[in-house]
Amino acid sequence: MLNTSLRQLSLLLTEKKISSTELTKAFLAQIKILNPDLNAFITVDEEKSLAQARTADEMIASGQSVTLTGIPIAQKDIFCTRDWLTTCGSKMLSNFVSPYDATVIERFNQAGIVNLGKTNMDEFAMGSSNETSYYGPVKNPWDISAVPGGSSGGSACAVAARMAPAATGTDTGGSIRQPASLCGISGIKPTYGLVSRYGMIAFASSLDQGGPMAKSADDLALLLNVMVGFDARDSTSLQRDKEDYTRDLEKPIDQLRIGLPKEFFAHGMSDDVASAIEAALAEYRQLGARFVEVSLPNSKLAIPVYYVLAPAEASSNLSRFDGVRYGYRATHYTDLEDLYKKTRAEGFGAEVKRRILIGTYVLSHGYYDAYYLQAQKLRRLIAEDFAEAFKQCDLIMGPTAPTVAFNIGEKCGDPVQMYLSDIYTSAASLAGLPGMSIPVGFGNKNRPVGLHIIGNYFREAQMLNAAHRYQLVTDWHQRMPPEINT
Amino acid sequence: MYLDIKLQNMTLSLDDVKRVAKLARIEVSEDDAEQALVHLSGIFDLIEQMQAVDTQGVEPMSHSQDMVQRLREDVVTEFDQHILFQSIAPQVEAGFYLVPKVIE
Repeated sequence: MLNTSLRQLSLLLTEKKISSTELTKAFLAQIKILNPDLNAFITVDEEKSLAQARTADEMIASGQSVTLTGIPIAQKDIFCTRDWLTTCGSKMLSNFVSPYDATVIERFNQAGIVNLGKTNMDEFAMGSSNETSYYGPVKNPWDISAVPGGSSGGSACAVAARMAPAATGTDTGGSIRQPASLCGISGIKPTYGLVSRYGMIAFASSLDQGGPMAKSADDLALLLNVMVGFDARDSTSLQRDKEDYTRDLEKPIDQLRIGLPKEFFAHGMSDDVASAIEAALAEYRQLGARFVEVSLPNSKLAIPVYYVLAPAEASSNLSRFDGVRYGYRATHYTDLEDLYKKTRAEGFGAEVKRRILIGTYVLSHGYYDAYYLQAQKLRRLIAEDFAEAFKQCDLIMGPTAPTVAFNIGEKCGDPVQMYLSDIYTSAASLAGLPGMSIPVGFGNKNRPVGLHIIGNYFREAQMLNAAHRYQLVTDWHQRMPPEINT
Repeated sequence: MYLDIKLQNMTLSLDDVKRVAKLARIEVSEDDAEQALVHLSGIFDLIEQMQAVDTQGVEPMSHSQDMVQRLREDVVTEFDQHILFQSIAPQVEAGFYLVPKVIE
């Protein structure tokens, strides 16, 4: 049951071969066994989950169920969840019980999907290793001395260790794709604007995008069908006709043109990652796809541009945490100014403070043109490179991350080295393009390697199709960490 | 690496760090500021690579879809939930959020 696809689970539920209560209990039991070592969850509340499972069972019994009704899903602790602690990985929100639901949570609730718990993450989604969480690092289930990636590291770990059949994540510069890659699972960041940001605690609003993380492309498609939809409460939500993301899964891909950006393959990728990626591309050739070399000359500036824009937006978004209306408040202070300063000094961790300081600096008087404006201009050049590339190809492929999972502690002392683990993912984020990662093998120390697939705007169904066809002829997505029992 | 990290002449001072921390309302000790300076200098060396590109005439892009602000009907959409919202506040009294006195 723990290693079953969402489609299969859905069938078992509707045929009443299992109940949502049984299914939810099975995953809660797995969490109980594994979470003390892996630390993937910040909050688990068996009673709340089981109450939702009973409601789902009633929906199924009365014929009111939809495809995913009764399936338990882990929620990244960035999504405000009514009556649940929602910490965003921070001490600042260590006591924040949300008074409302994020739109994503609301959509899951309406579908009768059970909340299995809130997953650990880098503090305010700022990190690539899950080590910035106030609640301690998450371990990679393939090797507990390795990081799971970040910021959606808890979600990636939960799925990889079969503590959840799927989970939600959010991606600002790679936070769904990089942990999916490092944990050997599948994850997709949709086109910016498709998944509502309402109630998703804001980091960098022009980049933040929620998306699903699961074992396979097929599972991701089913989850996207629930998560995507216009929301008037999100000012950048896109109004579009409803799509069925499963519609093209089975299509042959013998006409597919895959663009390989020469800059992604030139250097930077470690040898073990390179050989796994080459083998995956050979598989695509077998499936009939053709390759074209494309160029993304400005993508080498994606990391510098990202580390201006994202901190700038973060410094503004995080100004709301002041110890007045909710969340942490310092115990000792002299006046209002001191209350703010001490609350923020004590409530935020080192990486979050670093990014607030960068953002405040680049937006401060006299520096705006040199940094923020220049970054916004380069952002357009990066997006134009992609537009040019997509004239010659349907999808772009390359590695998701330059290396397999690194060791816990390895990059903690050097923020710049940590930032470079998002070197391949951040360009697509800046352009607002959809991106996904699927497992394609193993590298050094038997740690997973992910293939990065970038699509043109709104081409999620095509990306899922390409991923699914690959997963029909390979079994990397079904591999489980050696220590995990189901 | 695929990025050539060039050390540029951008220099951040300890006073800059303290000034920015004040603007951001984050208390920093002398030690914090010194450590932040080391890390921020490294990050700004990375950021400085942006300056090598001539972007004259390029239109800044704030949003991938270049969308315009959506407007809505001027009608009330929120209802009063202050009791619920204040139930999680650090300190409230008679419907107000309490903070240290600002006016003598």
